[in-house]
This record gives sequence, C-alpha cells and structure tokens, in this order.
Amino acid sequence: MKDLKLRLGQSQGVLLAILVFVLMFTLYIANHPAGLTVPVATTAANKAVLLALVAMAQTLPVLTGGLDLSVGMIFIMTNCVASSLVSGDPWQVAVGIVIVLLTGALAGFVNGAIVVYGRLQPIITTLATGAVYYGIALLLRPVPGGEVDEDLADIMTYTVFEVVPTSLVLLLAVVVIIWLPFRNSVIGRGCYAVGSAEGAAYMSGVSIDRSKLAAYTLSGLLAGVAGLMLTFITFSGEASAPIGGTYTLNSIAAVVIGGTSLYGGTGGAIGSIFGAFILRTIDDLLFVFDLPPLWQPLFQGVVLLVAVSLGAARVFRIRNRLELFK
Amino acid sequence: MSVQTSMQAVLKSVDKPVAIAFVFILVMLLAGSLYSSSFLSANYLLQQLQVAAFLGIIASGVMLVILLGHIDLSIPWLVTVGGMMSTAAAGWWGPEWAIPFGVFCGLVFGLINGLGVAILRVPSMIFTLGINAVAQGVMVLHTGGFAPQDHATKLMHWLAVDRSLLGIPNAVFIWAIIGIAVVVLLKRTPLGRYIYAIGNQEAATFLSGVNTKAVLIACFAISGMCSAMAGVLLAGYSNKGYQAMGDPYLLPAIAAVVLGGTHILGGRGSYLGTVAGVILISLLQSILSVMQMPEAGRQIIYGCVIIAMLLVYGRGQKVQS
Repeated sequence: MKDLKLRLGQSQGVLLAILVFVLMFTLYIANHPAGLTVPVATTAANKAVLLALVAMAQTLPVLTGGLDLSVGMIFIMTNCVASSLVSGDPWQVAVGIVIVLLTGALAGFVNGAIVVYGRLQPIITTLATGAVYYGIALLLRPVPGGEVDEDLADIMTYTVFEVVPTSLVLLLAVVVIIWLPFRNSVIGRGCYAVGSAEGAAYMSGVSIDRSKLAAYTLSGLLAGVAGLMLTFITFSGEASAPIGGTYTLNSIAAVVIGGTSLYGGTGGAIGSIFGAFILRTIDDLLFVFDLPPLWQPLFQGVVLLVAVSLGAARVFRIRNRLELFK
Repeated sequence: MSVQTSMQAVLKSVDKPVAIAFVFILVMLLAGSLYSSSFLSANYLLQQLQVAAFLGIIASGVMLVILLGHIDLSIPWLVTVGGMMSTAAAGWWGPEWAIPFGVFCGLVFGLINGLGVAILRVPSMIFTLGINAVAQGVMVLHTGGFAPQDHATKLMHWLAVDRSLLGIPNAVFIWAIIGIAVVVLLKRTPLGRYIYAIGNQEAATFLSGVNTKAVLIACFAISGMCSAMAGVLLAGYSNKGYQAMGDPYLLPAIAAVVLGGTHILGGRGSYLGTVAGVILISLLQSILSVMQMPEAGRQIIYGCVIIAMLLVYGRGQKVQS
C-alpha cells in the first residue's frame, strides 16, 4: 500500500499529462465532423508519434541534467539519409534502415562524447553540433526530394488489422524494446542518479561517463527512428531548418508538460509521449474549432507558455524561500 | 626586467580565453589575406565591424543574461519584433516614433521574460522559448490583420548603413555606446556586482539582502531591448522589417558570448571577451562567404569551429565529489 502511494506520488506529472490528454482528445473527437473513425485516429496518431519519438529522444539528456538542442536537426538529417537509402530491393531497404538508425545513434554518440570527454556544456555543444547536422542534411538534400519504399511506407502509416494505427504500434514497440529495459538497467538508473546529484552519483560508484554517453546515444537513435518515420509519412527528404527548430522547441515543451524536470533526475519518456500528444491535440483542436489561421501561431505560443508555467504553482506553496534557489 | 614584469601584468589582466580568441582573429585575418589581399584593407575591416555591430548589440544583452546563469532563447523573434514594430510605428504615428517604439516592444517582451524567470521560477530556457513563440504569433497577427508599413525610416537607414565620422560606420558607434554602457554597468555599479554574484550563488546573494528578483528582471529587460535595437538597425540595413529576420542570430549570439570566455553557467566573463567573440564569429562568417562556400559547408565548418575552440579553453571541471 505504501509502495503504491509512493509510486503514484512519483508519477504525478505523468498521470496529470495522461488525464489532460484524454480530456482534450475526447473534446477533439466530440467536435470532429467524422467522429472517432479509423482514418481520423490514424492521421492524428501519425502526426503525434513523430513528435512523441523526438520528445522521447529529448527526455534522455534532460534526465541526466543536460539538454539536446540538436534533436530536431538529427531528426531532419536522418530523414534526408532515409530518403536516399530506404528504397530498392528488400535487403537494400533493410540495410538502409539500419544505416539510418546508426546515423542517428552516431550523431547522438558524438554529442555525448563531446559532453563527457570534452567536458563542454550540453546546451552550447548541441547548439553547435545541431548546425553541423543541419549542414550534413543540406549536403545530402540541397533541394527537397528522394524516395522511400512505398509498400513499407504504406504499412507504417496505415493500420494493423485495419483498427490500430501502425505508428502507435511502433511507438509501443520503442517503449517496450528500448525505453523500459533502459530505464530498469544499471546505466539507465545511473542517468537518473547523475541528473539528481552528479557528485553524489560519482561517490556512490555510478559510472557517470557511461550513463551520459548512453543517454545521448540513445537519444540520437530515437531521433533517427523519428526521422525514418517522417520519411514514411512524407515520401521524401527535406533539409528544413524551420522544421528542425520547431521539433526541438516542441520536444522540450513536451518533456516539461510530461512531468520531467529540466533540472534532471525526475520524470521519464512515458510522460513525454503524452506531453507530445497534448501538444499535437492542441493543434487539432484549433482546427476543429475553426480559429482564424492568423490567430493560430499566437494561440499556440500562449498555450505553450501557460503549459510550461503550470509548474510555477510550487512557487506559491513554498514556505522557505531559500528552496526557490534549488 | 621592468619591461618583463609590466608585460606579465598586462598578460595577467587579460583572460586566457580572451587572449586566445584575439589570437584566433589574427590567424583568421592572416589566413584570409593569403587567399585575397583585400582582407587586410581598412575598408574590408570596417565593413566587418559594421556587420559585427548588429551581432555585438544582441550579444551585449545576452551576455548579461548568461552571466546570471540563465539563457535567452527569445532572441530570434525579439529581433524581428524590434524591426517590424519600428517600421510599423513609423507608418502609424510618424518616423520619429520608429526607434523608441521598436525598442519599447523589446523591453515589454524582455520584462515578461524576466517576470516569468524571477517570479514564477520557470527555467529560463523554456520560458524564453515560449516567449519566442508568443512574439512570433504576435508578429504573424500583426502582418496579417492589416497592412502595416514595413519600410525603414531615413534615420534607421542612416544609423545602420551610413558612415559619418572618419568613415567609421554609424552602427559601430551605437555598438560602442551600448558596449561602454554594459562595461560601466558591470564594473562600476552595484547592479553589475549583483549580476556576477547571482551567477555564482543565487541563494547566497539573496541572503545578503540583494533584491535578486529585480536584478533578474532588469537583465532580461535589457536583453530584450538590445535584441530589439539590433532588429531596428537590421531593418534599417535592409530597408525593411520582415518575418523571421532574427532567425540567423540565435546561435551566433550565444556562441560569441561563450567563445569570449563567459561561462555558460554564469558568474564569470568579461565584455572584452564578448567583443572578441563577436568579431571572431563575424569574421568566420565573412571568410566562409568570400570563399563562396555553399550553405551546407558553412554550417558544418561553423559548428566544428565553435566546438573546436571551446575544446581548447572552455572545458569544465571533472566531477569528483
């Protein structure tokens, strides 16, 4: 019983995010002219899973107390790689997918190596490597184009058994195969420890370097999965700095909304997934409620600002003002 | 002997990062002059300073925020706000309102940044990102709802493009004025001391009786004003204010401050370093464009140079306890 209470307390942020998402999605479906049909759900899922994957990628560095301002650019870069390699014979497609994922992981590993061995701050490191990854993307795709295996793309963007969107199955697979084992591993728990108190983690024998490296590498891999998925949805690759920037921004917002602290040490990727779903549903709500298009960017900005400010509630509960400075 | 000791005194007074940054500038100029002799001409150098001035003004504000241990990611759209609102104000109320109103709008957004970070205690990274999105929304609404004037006034054009005294660009004078103001603020006023103190230990500064909230709000407000001022000049430079005009300035501004030796976690850094960082970044951009490097190569080299330089002198301490 006590254990349950503790666990509930720890996942307050996630539960709140899930609740908000369910309410918003119900509101969206209730007002959608077609209601909850498979195509409506599939479209919503495809868009949401992209951001959810990038937000998961962002979560890992944030847990260690860092930040990855290059996730959006890794996402764009792997999209460009996928648009060149994932086509042709089945074995070419398979090799292509492996290369795409390895590219993402390598980009993340480079971030991690610079942060760990170069001992540079994550913000400035990933800001700079983000420029490099964007440059590589531009090198690969000076103009939008490329192609992807259409059969595979169809499979990935439609439904399983004509009911469940495949993209949601992919997301679930990523959670079960990558996130959950990682969180429960020694290295994964090391990430939480490093994020809460790096000095204490070091003194307790946590391998700080290995945990951080793993976090950034896995982050790159997840961004690579997202890039692959983007290619399946758009059937092409595009080196677009605005798209990269928007995904980076929204990934941070999704992480915060999902209950992960930007100071590191608490939260998790599940929360970020629902944070991403919430952000996407806001866009959809603006659509069904027919908000004038000119007002949409402002409304999105204000919603984002209010959402990230919600955490400020703690400020007004604090008795000892010194706790503010932690 | 005495020459040697005075040399040592001079060397000691200059930080290692600042010195290295200036050495890099010299190396780049020399390398550039091997490529084309015009790199060392007075005209080319003045032109570089003129372009650097826009970045320098933004970096002045950002530096104050970084010294606090915070960061301002709302630069791109606050620059745009400055540019677009100044030209719009000229259309609404006459040209004399352009610059004051542009800077005022930057001040308002900067104040909101400060309030969010100081009062609500939202991490500056995410709050300023949110303000960036809000500012973008306001600008989209502004251009779409009605047709505002987007042409820069004569004064804005004159300030950004013309050279009046000794052939030195006016923009450089504006950067110099803002720069001197920041140096005086940091070195000669209590506020400056508080900024460094907060960057080192906010709790200790608070316990010493300093109104830390006011300091945070003031710095974010100044940063907003600086971004908007740069936007005003950029609008004057290209003769119009337009959407997303500030987008290319976020990475360079932060990179310039950090390359100049200011610690990204706050508490340490000098304005001389920021000047060096700004010139370094502008020079790098200029050399890459003179070499007609395509955008892709430019981005890659640019990112690599920043990482490489920081690896030389910006490394943190190893965690041991």
